[in-house]
Amino acid sequence: MAQPVLATHKLQKSFGALLATDRVSVTLMPGEIHAVIGPNGAGKSTLIKQICGSLQPDSGSVDLLGKDISQLGTAARARQGLARSFQISELAMEDTVLQNVVLGGIGATRATWRFWRPALHTQALIARAESALARVNLLEQKDTICAKLSHGQRRQLEIAVALTLAPKAFIMDEPMAGLGGEGSKTMTKFLDGLRGEAPILLVEHDMDAVFALADRISVLVYGKIIATGSAREIRANRAVREAYLGEAE
Amino acid sequence: MRLREPYLNAAVLLGLIALPLAALLADAPFTITLATRAVILALAAVGLNIALGIGGLVSFGHAVFFGIGGYVMGILASHAQTYTPLDLGFVSIEGTKSMPVIWLSAMLISGIIAFFIGLLSLRTSGVYFIMITLAFGQLFYYFSISWPQYGGEDGLSIYMRNDFPGLNTLKPLQFFCLCFGLLCSVLFIQSKLQSAPFGLALNAARQTPLRAQAVGIEPLKLRLLAFVISGAITGLAGALFADLNRFVSPTMFSWQLSGELIVLIIIGGVGRLMGPVIGACMFVALEHFLGGLTKFWHVYLGLILLCIVLFARGGLIGLLTGKDGAKV
Amino acid sequence: MSAILIIEQILNGLQFGVMLFLMAAGLTLIFGVMGLINLAHGSLYMVGAFAAASMAGLTGSFFIGLLAALIAAALAGAIIEIVVIRRLYKAAHLDQVLATFALILIFSEGTRWLFGSFPLFLEIPKLLSGPISLPGGIQYPLYRLSLIAIGLAVALGLWALIEKTRIGIQIRAGENDREMIAALGVDISKLYTLVFALGAALAGTAGALVGAIQSVQVGMGEPVLILAFVVIVIGGIGSIRGAFIGALLVGLTDTLGGVFLPELLKLFMETGSAQKTGSAFASMGIYILMGGVLIWKPTGLFGARA
Repeated sequence: MAQPVLATHKLQKSFGALLATDRVSVTLMPGEIHAVIGPNGAGKSTLIKQICGSLQPDSGSVDLLGKDISQLGTAARARQGLARSFQISELAMEDTVLQNVVLGGIGATRATWRFWRPALHTQALIARAESALARVNLLEQKDTICAKLSHGQRRQLEIAVALTLAPKAFIMDEPMAGLGGEGSKTMTKFLDGLRGEAPILLVEHDMDAVFALADRISVLVYGKIIATGSAREIRANRAVREAYLGEAE
Repeated sequence: MRLREPYLNAAVLLGLIALPLAALLADAPFTITLATRAVILALAAVGLNIALGIGGLVSFGHAVFFGIGGYVMGILASHAQTYTPLDLGFVSIEGTKSMPVIWLSAMLISGIIAFFIGLLSLRTSGVYFIMITLAFGQLFYYFSISWPQYGGEDGLSIYMRNDFPGLNTLKPLQFFCLCFGLLCSVLFIQSKLQSAPFGLALNAARQTPLRAQAVGIEPLKLRLLAFVISGAITGLAGALFADLNRFVSPTMFSWQLSGELIVLIIIGGVGRLMGPVIGACMFVALEHFLGGLTKFWHVYLGLILLCIVLFARGGLIGLLTGKDGAKV
Repeated sequence: MSAILIIEQILNGLQFGVMLFLMAAGLTLIFGVMGLINLAHGSLYMVGAFAAASMAGLTGSFFIGLLAALIAAALAGAIIEIVVIRRLYKAAHLDQVLATFALILIFSEGTRWLFGSFPLFLEIPKLLSGPISLPGGIQYPLYRLSLIAIGLAVALGLWALIEKTRIGIQIRAGENDREMIAALGVDISKLYTLVFALGAALAGTAGALVGAIQSVQVGMGEPVLILAFVVIVIGGIGSIRGAFIGALLVGLTDTLGGVFLPELLKLFMETGSAQKTGSAFASMGIYILMGGVLIWKPTGLFGARA
């Protein structure tokens, strides 16, 4: 069996009396899109934070390509190849689109400690940035100030920044958030084509997108994974219907 | 009226050179001294702007570095003028009145102290950071008052201006050119830093630290380096200031001075390259002209400052170019 | 170094501490509820002292002066809240620092304009003057003892206000979630003006009370302001309890340090410089204390979520 690109092993996290993450073990296999769904308050953000390194679990571990990254901080994990997009866009609002994407390149190529040649005149950085922008259709807006972008464009920019890292795995936190019908369709199509480059762990509420994209779905309820399987298996699973899908009907 | 920023920058620099030359022709050496004062304060504020405007670090204790620079100069020069070496126990340092040596020492020591202060304070953020930097300023202030060997509360006088090879530093215009040259060099270095990956990363980390981390950049390390560079530059300004006045005193460590440095930056425009320069010129001009009109000119300064913060946040550069200052 | 001297110094430290508490409580309330850094708090302290000194000078009564201080400071607080502070709640910390720094300039020079640079005189009321005999044969100034009593009474009163009254609930809720209480229909702007004026009144009262034992002059507020900031950093921003404990800690450290450190140094150095160096190191002691606390607990002793 192929080795998972990303795996968590019995992650556990409590906040006082609240057990937010209950021995969660998920895997992300090469070439797949693995969606994590669950009702609000299920602990999805907490799980993402533990995978990405901004929150330390009480117990359990995370590994990337077989290497244990549990002791690494967020930035170190990013350097190991973990790219994430945020639920609420995290972008440098005063800067241009190009500057934002070049930032990704700087992180990816360890160029942070270069003090002389302008970043925007460095061919390597520019090429990487522009190709990412071209893929999300934002190349024309490269000199626009981020604050002036529409919501949909900012979501695209989030993805572009993640692309520049040429990551081993993507962690996408509700990429469809706030996108209308058209935008969601475009994003869904885009993510579909992305899985070949690196597998995606997708946290989403948009069920159409989830069922269209996901190879596997894990359902998180009250911090615990109650089911993992293909879209068809999950739809048929009684426990899931009761806990989550049933309520939506 | 919208000016392009590079033209504005060039105009300011030209104006800053033209003024003392005109003063020389008009035989008004005091104006040259005034211009020198503006240039030195600008240099101190440029230092702070690197930490504050680009890095987003609201340091209310930058006077620490200004004072350290001043006292490094004062200590080295006073030992030179009394021909007694500085005895540190394990090593004995000859005093010196050579400007290049003094400048390098001031920058080195300020930088080192900035490193340690940064190490302790950069783990905090927001109000805590402001308070810690303020507290460090007070720490040095009280320390310098209690150090009788170098004047204590009364300060230390240095009788002769220090030496620079090839120049007669006592001549106002020559000293001005020296300071102006340093300012231009530092501005050049800053503009290089700002457009380089380091500057872009630091600027982004100010706006969105989460995003910076998510691409593999560690904001803490960036900020520490920025703080050290910032401290070194302000330290250099302190040494020059002490040389200009031929006097060092604990007031160089005062929190009022820390506040004034921030005021200089905001008058010009936070994060803008020439912001501190414009701010310093305006401040010195206000100090001179308003101060000549009334003893209580600080009231007007306060009112102007209030208006800028509430209505013209981008400072003068913001007003002229239509661009906002950096959001700190 | 007698036991009597030590006890006297401890009492002095407590007196200094409770007066600091008056300043710190206002500061921490304002930051806790409104999220605002207020550098102008020292100016309100000064306003109180000057109001007290002028009114007491006019009427001959310290207590009228004290009342005037409270009213003047509260009024000044309310006015600057409505005119300036209101616009700063959503602003970045830098803007708040600069705007309130501007207020310091305006208040300080404005006061100098009105009253001149020489200190004003505020006399201790006859009722509270002179020493009082304490158990153990200690003679302690009655006035200072009353300051301790007043300070403790204020602390108690504040506690009652916050814990037991409706306004207190609003304040506590506001500290937790500003947007929520607005959504719940609480009149935010009135609450904020009230809190600011309350903080100002506390500062002004402290200024008046201390003005009788120190001098009333321009710039008297800033050293106290900085100390008050150290207090709330040590105690935890937003916590009144933290402000109380922090204030006592700072007051005792500063006073006892100022007395004992020179004594300690006199064992190694000659008297004159031991005194000076000792006092200076004592004033540094508070910052070292703050540094120590922050390393152990980065948000202060009783600070909120880290």
